[in-house]
Amino acid sequence: MPTWAQFVLLSAAKSVVVIIILLTAVAYAVWLERKVVGRMQNRWGPTRVGPFGLLQPLADGIKFILKEDIIPTNVYKPLYIAAPMISVALALMSIAVVPFGEQLRFGSFSTPAQITDVNVALLVLLGVTSVAVYGVALAGWSSNSKYSLLGSLRASAQMVSYEASLGLSLIGVLLLSGSLSLREIVNGQSGTYFGFLPRWNFFPQFIAFFVYLTAAFAETNRIPFDLPEAETELVAGYHTEYSSMKFAMFFMAEYTNMFTVACVGTLLFFGGWHGPALTFLPMVVQSFVPLFWFAFKIFLFLFLYIWIRGTLPRFRYDQLMAFGWKVLLPIALANIVLTSLYIGLTTP
Amino acid sequence: MPDNYLASYLPLLIQFLLVGAIAGGMVTLSWLIGKHKNTAAKLMPYECGMAPVGDARQRFSVKFYLVAMLFILFDVEAIFLYPWAVIFRELKMFGFWEMLIYVLVVLGGFIYVWKKGVLDWSRADSDQIVALPDRAPAGSR
Amino acid sequence: MQPVATSWFFYGLSAVAIVSALMVITRKNPVHSAISLVFTLLSLAGLYLMLYAPFVAGVQIILYVGGIMVLFLFVIMLVNIEHNLREEQFNKQWLVATIATVVLGALFGYVYYHGKGFFPAAVPPTPEQVNTQQIGMSLYTAYMFPFEIASVLLLVAIIGAVVMAKKRI
Repeated sequence: MPTWAQFVLLSAAKSVVVIIILLTAVAYAVWLERKVVGRMQNRWGPTRVGPFGLLQPLADGIKFILKEDIIPTNVYKPLYIAAPMISVALALMSIAVVPFGEQLRFGSFSTPAQITDVNVALLVLLGVTSVAVYGVALAGWSSNSKYSLLGSLRASAQMVSYEASLGLSLIGVLLLSGSLSLREIVNGQSGTYFGFLPRWNFFPQFIAFFVYLTAAFAETNRIPFDLPEAETELVAGYHTEYSSMKFAMFFMAEYTNMFTVACVGTLLFFGGWHGPALTFLPMVVQSFVPLFWFAFKIFLFLFLYIWIRGTLPRFRYDQLMAFGWKVLLPIALANIVLTSLYIGLTTP
Repeated sequence: MPDNYLASYLPLLIQFLLVGAIAGGMVTLSWLIGKHKNTAAKLMPYECGMAPVGDARQRFSVKFYLVAMLFILFDVEAIFLYPWAVIFRELKMFGFWEMLIYVLVVLGGFIYVWKKGVLDWSRADSDQIVALPDRAPAGSR
Repeated sequence: MQPVATSWFFYGLSAVAIVSALMVITRKNPVHSAISLVFTLLSLAGLYLMLYAPFVAGVQIILYVGGIMVLFLFVIMLVNIEHNLREEQFNKQWLVATIATVVLGALFGYVYYHGKGFFPAAVPPTPEQVNTQQIGMSLYTAYMFPFEIASVLLLVAIIGAVVMAKKRI
């Protein structure tokens, strides 16, 4: 077999494995959310299907596929069908550049724990995020329903507004790392400050992290920024007219984007897969310890998402836009100026 | 780099084809499996039980365009900052002053936009395309 | 790994770029035109990528596809499509258009056949230098003045956007 065919096969296999894991994780993130929010509201959450309701995601998935697929009469059909596909495809796209750990070893065979290591990985992520607006905008427009259109307008305006702050918040990290490659950014965070504090970008860049987290919540349309699907005003926002699997695809896209946000946050601010080495474990398990730390940090991020959903009310739309432009953007700019001033003065 | 360079982007293409196939597969599968019992009422746009009046696509506030335009401008600024941030350690303080001038000029535009009330969404005044009576009291700007 | 079949990728991307660019001007529905333009821009990004300029490709996607085309789509989404479809698609300026095309073609032809010294010779990419760093180094040292001018351009654009969109300033 020629080298290129091996290469294509290997990377396709990696993609398939990562996508399957990601989709499973997305399904269980929904389960986790329902459980945790349930307990926060003094309810049980899903309990009926399987022990602790663990088979609930499976039941949901089957039900989504079996449901009647309604295409309303006056929708613009090609785009109406394309919009959920765009959303889900782009959401699954960004995981391709995310590194999960160093090398994975299976006996003599070893491969980087990443689908592909491109040196502009951060730009790829931002590009995918910026193109994701199309799924939302086209869904609302093609539905030809007033609720959908209002929801999609709100969503698009919100996403582009917070994308500006999101893009600016990452620059502080770039100033520290000097690279757009996610692997190099993570490797720059190994070691400790003062011998005990992990050398995570979070500590010098906590302002940037705050901006990033807020902007990312708004980008993923999550509470407290879930204005596009404010059910008390807009029924379901841009996906009002969607049913069955097409609705589920928007849902999946939203949760997958949460995972992407968690991955980027972990890689940029919390040292990625770096964590205490668990030396007492057998050698075979050792190579998976970084993966564990990575997954653990992502779990904490998702828990934060759910926690905030269970805690905060929704913003008003004018508050949302004012917050994005008048608070986050100036903070992000100030952080860049301060960070660069510090680095410029301390670099010999 | 050249050898590995193109090879490092090939998996992105593969991933793209895969996720495209997955997305298409999901739509097709639910179309094939789901039942189709359509009625005229079921296929109407959802408006909480009311019969929809008129076309959904109407003119909306110009503020949405303005926000999109502002976004492009700040996106351009952010894009300029990426290569700057990456090589900042080589530029040192020269780079800092250089960027400070740039940021200050753009910030001037930002303050102008702020003062003109483009970022205030709740004010129903002359910003709207639809001719609303001017509710802002005279001299409020 | 040696790159294989790069020319096929090149021709594929070029074909997509040209065909979708033709679609932009021949489709009657403006939404179709806008989406064709998105495909043109995406395939151009692919071509930049093949020219060892990943940063430029990323900028192409983030700014053009994710920014400018979203604005286009915003505008198009709210025009009356039925009305638009009845409008005449091409106007009558074919004479001016032909002259402009011929002049542009002649210019391209001249540069292609006699333009050896016009541009500095292409430098093959080196492993130690990444495209982003290269762009940064030349933009922020050699081309510093144009870069600062760009900020004034942005300022003018911001003010222009506000002036155009607001009835009363």
